Amino acid sequence: MSRFAPILPELMLSVGGTILMLVAAFAGRRGSRLVSWLAVALLLVATLALIGAPSHAGPVYDGLIAADLFASFGKAIIFPASAVAIIAAHGWFEQEHEHSSEYAVLIVFAAVGMSVMVSATSLISLYVGLELQSLAAYVLASYRRTDERSAEAGLKYFVLGALASGILLYGISLLYGFTGTTNFAGIAAAFGREAPSLGLLFGLVFVLAGLAFKASAVPFHMWTPDVYEGAPTPVTMFFSTAPKAAAVLLATRLCIEGMGPATDAWRQIMIFAALASIFLGGIAAYGQTNIKRLLAYSSINNVGFALVGLAAAGAQGASSVLFYMAVYVVMNLGAFLCVLWMRDQKGQPVESIDSLAGLSQTRPGMAAALAIFMFSLAGIPPLFGFWPKLLVFQAAVAAGFAPLAVAAILGTVIGAYYYLKIIKVMYMDEPAEPYGRVREPVQGLLMLLAALLISPLGYLLIGALGGLSDRAAGSLF
Amino acid sequence: MGWPVNGLPILSILIALPLAAGAACLMVKANAARWIALIATLVEFALTIWLWQQFDPNGAQWQFVESQAIGGGIGWKLGIDGIALTLIALTAFLMPICIGASWRAIEKRVPEYMAYFLLMEALIMGSFSAQDLFLFYIFFEGGLIPMYLIIGVWGGVERIKASYKFFLYTLFGSVLMLIAMLYMRSVAGTSDIPALIAYNFPKGAQTFLFLAFLASFAVKLPMWPVHTWLPDAHVQAPTAGSVILAGVLLKLGGYGFIRFSLPMFPDGSAQFVPLMFALSAVAAIYTSLVALVQTDMKKLIAYSSVAHMAFVTFGLFAMNRQGIEGAMMVMLGHGLVSGALFLCVGVVYDRLHTREIARYGGLSDNMPGYALLFMVFTMASIGLPGTSNFVGEFLSMVGTYKASTWAAIAACFSTILAAAYMLYLYWRICFGTQRNADAAAMKDIDLREWWLLAPIAVAVFWMGLYPESFLKPMRNDVGRLMARMERVAPKGDSLPTPGHPAAKAEAHE
Repeated sequence: MSRFAPILPELMLSVGGTILMLVAAFAGRRGSRLVSWLAVALLLVATLALIGAPSHAGPVYDGLIAADLFASFGKAIIFPASAVAIIAAHGWFEQEHEHSSEYAVLIVFAAVGMSVMVSATSLISLYVGLELQSLAAYVLASYRRTDERSAEAGLKYFVLGALASGILLYGISLLYGFTGTTNFAGIAAAFGREAPSLGLLFGLVFVLAGLAFKASAVPFHMWTPDVYEGAPTPVTMFFSTAPKAAAVLLATRLCIEGMGPATDAWRQIMIFAALASIFLGGIAAYGQTNIKRLLAYSSINNVGFALVGLAAAGAQGASSVLFYMAVYVVMNLGAFLCVLWMRDQKGQPVESIDSLAGLSQTRPGMAAALAIFMFSLAGIPPLFGFWPKLLVFQAAVAAGFAPLAVAAILGTVIGAYYYLKIIKVMYMDEPAEPYGRVREPVQGLLMLLAALLISPLGYLLIGALGGLSDRAAGSLF
Repeated sequence: MGWPVNGLPILSILIALPLAAGAACLMVKANAARWIALIATLVEFALTIWLWQQFDPNGAQWQFVESQAIGGGIGWKLGIDGIALTLIALTAFLMPICIGASWRAIEKRVPEYMAYFLLMEALIMGSFSAQDLFLFYIFFEGGLIPMYLIIGVWGGVERIKASYKFFLYTLFGSVLMLIAMLYMRSVAGTSDIPALIAYNFPKGAQTFLFLAFLASFAVKLPMWPVHTWLPDAHVQAPTAGSVILAGVLLKLGGYGFIRFSLPMFPDGSAQFVPLMFALSAVAAIYTSLVALVQTDMKKLIAYSSVAHMAFVTFGLFAMNRQGIEGAMMVMLGHGLVSGALFLCVGVVYDRLHTREIARYGGLSDNMPGYALLFMVFTMASIGLPGTSNFVGEFLSMVGTYKASTWAAIAACFSTILAAAYMLYLYWRICFGTQRNADAAAMKDIDLREWWLLAPIAVAVFWMGLYPESFLKPMRNDVGRLMARMERVAPKGDSLPTPGHPAAKAEAHE
């Protein structure tokens, strides 16, 4: 039994997910509520199973995965975020007369895939985890079959995702061909032996390109706005949080554990991707009128900042990436919970930014929450979103990349504009037609919780979260 | 270190009280919110008076120190010296007046408005008392959010543009400072402000650090040529917003120079003295000329603020006692006087809803009380002896003269121009013929408005007649600052030489 201890959360989720699928198949539409709550419980139990020191520090199963603190940190972000994505779908699909039980099951399987991603220490397990997550995500994107936009989003995501997977696989094959191993440690050793050959460098570039697609970093971000806009809102919320964190963490582990000796080679790529994401995410968001599209660009922008931390490399850089993603996921979940509540009097979802006009007068609580998330995503102190930005800049400065930090920080000013625009619409414009009431106390509670975490009260967590992310990053070295 | 004397975390209370009151405002209706805000700011002012009494001018540099680690390299570290004390007192003094000025002028969304004002007070108090670099930054930047909303929601016609301009301009300046702060921590290994003041950064780095901090403080102060956000923000902001902007928020820029730029980067500062003098000279003369041709009252006073702030930079970068004390006195005096002038504009704006100077005239006939108070503040703004601004401007000019004759000449011209534009403004509004019937029919200021303006007038005279009350708490701190910069202070081109006895004079021809 102890052989399975390192993968206990994954086992629980896989077995539980399969059982839930059977329940969903037999119970039909009636069981959807039960299935989704069970899935939430399953994810929370899996999170609880992470508590305590990881049982195996090093790689297990012949170096396929590692059950270290880094992986646990990633899973501690992914599982709760997935659970929130399931809760967010409450009252969403039921209204649309579609089956929502499979939705929860798919999210559970995606969570398994993501947890393999963050623990992978081999190119094979990396690919398997990534594909498990992606397959679930393709289905989720097109979950509202009757909606053209959703179907389009699913198809687009699938075609482009398949292309990215191909690129990734090609890179993996090159790395394997030139190093003779799929193991991260072995690859690192090969990189360390001599100056990397052209083949190795090609492999590195292709693998990173494939991962950049998953993390929606520029220049592989094209799918993001369309898919985010087209997918059902709870799915968009899911895409912009857990899978993104998983992809960034996976890239972090691969870069540091698997290609540590070639830091100079991948660092240039990261610097470019980081700055390009920050600026493109910031500038392209200007003209958007759809809130989901805007948040898509915001997520591109934010991934850029996380990559600044990765470009800094080293323990401090890795730690800042972890901290950043943890806070980012909370901010984004909160922002999307607000978007979820944007519904007209008939309960139909509304997505235009104009419809937010005067929200501070019609729904002050929701407006305040969304304002907190927006200021926080923009990185304006005293909100907590400022602190992770500070950490990545600090890592960059400490690693001797002050110009990178300067460029990135100027990007925050550009980005601040469109976050401010939402605040402006909510607080300074004349009220538009008020939204209909949404009776979802659990979602309201989550929104409140996220807002509290992101408010200046979050600074009280700096010690705990910072210590945790430091130790998690430390397990990579 | 724990809690300060008497076991009372007074600085934390000064920050927490407005926050709590602000939260309470959101829960209640308009009228209750007004009263909560007024009472909270008055209590805050009372606490500040107590703080002033407890402050020992001859004691340690940092008093009422609090320190509580948060982790991650940032601490809840508070503490003030005499310089911060006077600015905290200025803030606490102006806040109840701002609330009073908004009593009737603000009709819509009152609870929110009061909450933002109180939030801003808390953040300003925090900025002046923070002893951790990043804690300061959080308070300093945080102040943008309430001000953005105050301008944007309750401002004039062009409020949206003005609020964006205000926010993005100041944010842009500040983020460069943030990078400098990160560098400072990675080099010095601490973000504790007193420790950093004692730390000697490498000379080459000081140049860049100074420029990065300059980007932030020059925008905030504001200095020419990055002052352009100010007229927009002032004109569009509601009266109380202008008061707090001119009275306190601008002072954060000057405070930043005193707290960070000068003591932390003395070599960097010395390097840029000519630049600072040049920019100040342009500001002093150019913006005064711009003020002269304004047709909008608020805009005129806004430009005069930029010109007055030039005295602050003149004085500070003269780096001698007169200069620095003068700069501080200008900041305090200008905080009172410009605040009062904006209130005076607000008084007539509330009645006629226009800021167009030409719409008024001959107000001394129908509003004698108003004309009297307006006269007092006009004279104070010009810097007439006996008023607060005279002390500051005179000291600042003396200090500047010691450092550079040319800079002092520019500064002198500025006071002449100040007299020109202020008297011209006063003449057009209060004297002359009454051109418009509606302006002639305006009622004189009522009791509430007396209560707003009279305390400021008293403070203006107090500061002008007995400045020692205000100079005393900061004297030792100015001394410490000078000791830090003694090495690099500009020598000056106007060294006074003792007179020569007649016999020896021949040898010199």
